[in-house]
Amino acid sequence: MLPTPAPQVASIARHDPALTSRWATVLLIAVLLWPLVVLTEFNPSVLFDARSLRSTGRFVASFLPPRSDAEFVWLLLHETWRTVAIATAGLTLAGLIAVPLALGASARLSISALARPMAAWPFALRSVLRATMVLLRSVPEVVWALLFVRVVGLGPTAGVIAIGITYGGMLGKVYAEILEASDPAPTQALLRNGSGRLQALLYGALPQCAAELVSYTVYRWECAIRASVVLGFVGAGGLGQMLDSSAKMFSGGEVSAILLVFIALVAASDRISAVLRRAMA
Amino acid sequence: MPASAARDGDLVVSLRGLHAPAAALATTPALHGLTLDMRRGEQIALIGSSGAGKTSLLQSLSCAVTPLSGSLELFGTNPWALSSRDRQRLRGRLFLAPQVPPLPPRQRVVTAVLAGRLPSQSLAASVRSLWHPREASLAHEALCALDMGDKLWERVDRLSGGERQRVGLARALVADAELWLIDEPLSALDPARATQVIEQLTEAARRSHRTLVCTLHQVEVARRGFDRIVALRSGVIVYDGAAADFTDAQVAALYGSREALEIQADGATPQDAAPSRAVDGARPPVPMICR
Amino acid sequence: MNTPKPLTPPPARHAARWMGLGIGVLVVLSFATLELRWSEFLSAGAVRDMGRFAASFFPPETSSAFLKRTLDATLETLAMSLLGTLLAALGGIALALPASARGHENARPAAAARLLRLLTRGALNVLRSVPELVWASLLLIAAGLGPLPGTLALALHTTGVLGRLFAESIENAPSEPAFALRVRGIGAVRVFLFATLPQIWPQVIAYTLYRWENNIRAAAVLGVVGAGGLGQMLYYHLGLFQTHESCTVLAAMVALVALVDALSFATRRWLSR
Repeated sequence: MLPTPAPQVASIARHDPALTSRWATVLLIAVLLWPLVVLTEFNPSVLFDARSLRSTGRFVASFLPPRSDAEFVWLLLHETWRTVAIATAGLTLAGLIAVPLALGASARLSISALARPMAAWPFALRSVLRATMVLLRSVPEVVWALLFVRVVGLGPTAGVIAIGITYGGMLGKVYAEILEASDPAPTQALLRNGSGRLQALLYGALPQCAAELVSYTVYRWECAIRASVVLGFVGAGGLGQMLDSSAKMFSGGEVSAILLVFIALVAASDRISAVLRRAMA
Repeated sequence: MPASAARDGDLVVSLRGLHAPAAALATTPALHGLTLDMRRGEQIALIGSSGAGKTSLLQSLSCAVTPLSGSLELFGTNPWALSSRDRQRLRGRLFLAPQVPPLPPRQRVVTAVLAGRLPSQSLAASVRSLWHPREASLAHEALCALDMGDKLWERVDRLSGGERQRVGLARALVADAELWLIDEPLSALDPARATQVIEQLTEAARRSHRTLVCTLHQVEVARRGFDRIVALRSGVIVYDGAAADFTDAQVAALYGSREALEIQADGATPQDAAPSRAVDGARPPVPMICR
Repeated sequence: MNTPKPLTPPPARHAARWMGLGIGVLVVLSFATLELRWSEFLSAGAVRDMGRFAASFFPPETSSAFLKRTLDATLETLAMSLLGTLLAALGGIALALPASARGHENARPAAAARLLRLLTRGALNVLRSVPELVWASLLLIAAGLGPLPGTLALALHTTGVLGRLFAESIENAPSEPAFALRVRGIGAVRVFLFATLPQIWPQVIAYTLYRWENNIRAAAVLGVVGAGGLGQMLYYHLGLFQTHESCTVLAAMVALVALVDALSFATRRWLSR
């Protein structure tokens, strides 16, 4: 059907240059996969042996009907509000930590960098602030909560501080990144003409970044709600603590009720977050 | 390879009074009462100004839009009366090459071209071909015909616009389809290349007894490279006949009154044996051949 | 001479003010209704106690036996996060295809396809909403203690996250390559493999690597419910107030998170060169 190309040109089609690297990748994955499976004791058949099937079946069967008596529902609503409150308070604390860190770490407000590369001391300070934010972020909030529970006892305080610290690091990093990504010209113009750093921020950088900053903060609030449930597992109160105790007592009806409320809460905060972000954008 | 026991001359496409929209869910027709026959082995150039309905006609012929009224028959059957599965099988017998080459940017040229073989492959063979393309030599032949043989293992996004267009056409050459619907194959090519590509396409179609329908803006290429021209204007066929009989005055009438007046001013060409029609902007030209 | 009418702020400003007020009310109520024991946290006595508590962590426990146990737990946590993320990537791709089902033919999806899309989207939402820790505590019943429920919990939750992200990528990808294949009657799976997947592949890799970064933190704490790894060690030693050992475990956690962050960043840079 088609004209046959000359033989030396035809040989280009015989060898696929990507084939060797593909085989190498497959081999690498296979070599890595084996220790992964061993280390995680990955044996899904355990899920399906007779004993666990029976206990799973019994547990799942007890999910229906979800417990819905008035006393329990009242408790549920109370704990839901607690979860939201812990998340909100924690995020507020995080904002208070993040804003100074981000402003300090961002090179956008650097006066020494206006005319020359940044001077040594400001650079060192900024690096220290950056490292602080990394440190705050790298310890999971559950660990902070575990530590604080030892200090302040069980209850929401530990959860609020844990969220405040971790999310402070996260918010700080992203705030700094958003500031860095903005157009430097307005801020630099203001700084060059002698305005203070905060003034330059408010009049130069913030108008550009405000929407994105708010949008990310609202998204983090939604994440904080989920985190607050998790923190309940270490005693910080809220839905998580309820879920932990109900699961340990194998009360399937309570577990399913809490899960339903939780899924609804996440969906609602997801929706609110999307609406707020769209309005702010 | 020959697709079936059909012979040259069999009706491949048959339209009667077809009203069809431009896009899938639109309700206003872009084609108004088209009546058209295409036979196996024919090579047809579809011309007309922008918005005349050329792409809409190709969309209707490739069963991408349902007709609003009138009848459409492909390979002797009404595709819209078939079951979904039979219609899918019928689709494998045609090939649509859109104007913008539909190639994923990070895919390699060999895979992009061999995607034309998918309807005739099993699922297992297709998946295996993703890992290691066995029919690479087939793709290579098609690319060599379009002077792109050395780009076989390249990534699509590393090619120029004209090269990407030729890869899209190479897909047609490897596809096992009986009806080729090609939309503006020359838009990104320079004139020398354009001539070569049209020659390769028509040659390949002729050798394998396939029906080729090609929309073109380059009327000269249409007249030289194709046997038959179908001209559309505002969704209506205004010319359907031999390419050799398509006069300059008809070209002018097709593309609008201003160009017509300019050609009139240049002086009538020897082909203008018929009395020159003064094209009136208010009245649309009477269709030359009505069916 | 006309006096200019006093300008009223545009309606958008009104809405923003109301929202700001609402947020402020929420914040105040949150602090008010929680019984936060600030005094316990900020009093001189409390600060001193915290100082002593922090100081008790040093020096970290460095006996070779304990270091070996920590290293084992670290590898276990790393393996949990990696395997869980990989499984989730596969599951996410598998669910993203029906969850993004767009119409064929007349661009109006068949009822069956719409139902499938609804069901898979719902499943992905449920998987996403439930945090890993909750999944882990539920899976303990079926899988017992150890890293298996942790890996599965990570896989389940991350499938929801990645599936939704992949589905959005599929829907946002240009549709011309897929259309050109569908118009020839090619089935949905092969259209996906030959047209859509090559287009979304960079995003698939980027999202998966980003989730691996996230999952290493999640894996580290799953042990709190008994799902193995560094989390289980930390919970155990903290519970016994063995602060030196806890310090070593914490240091391992921080190092592991930093390592995975760096690896993920480097891989993303290498892949997009």
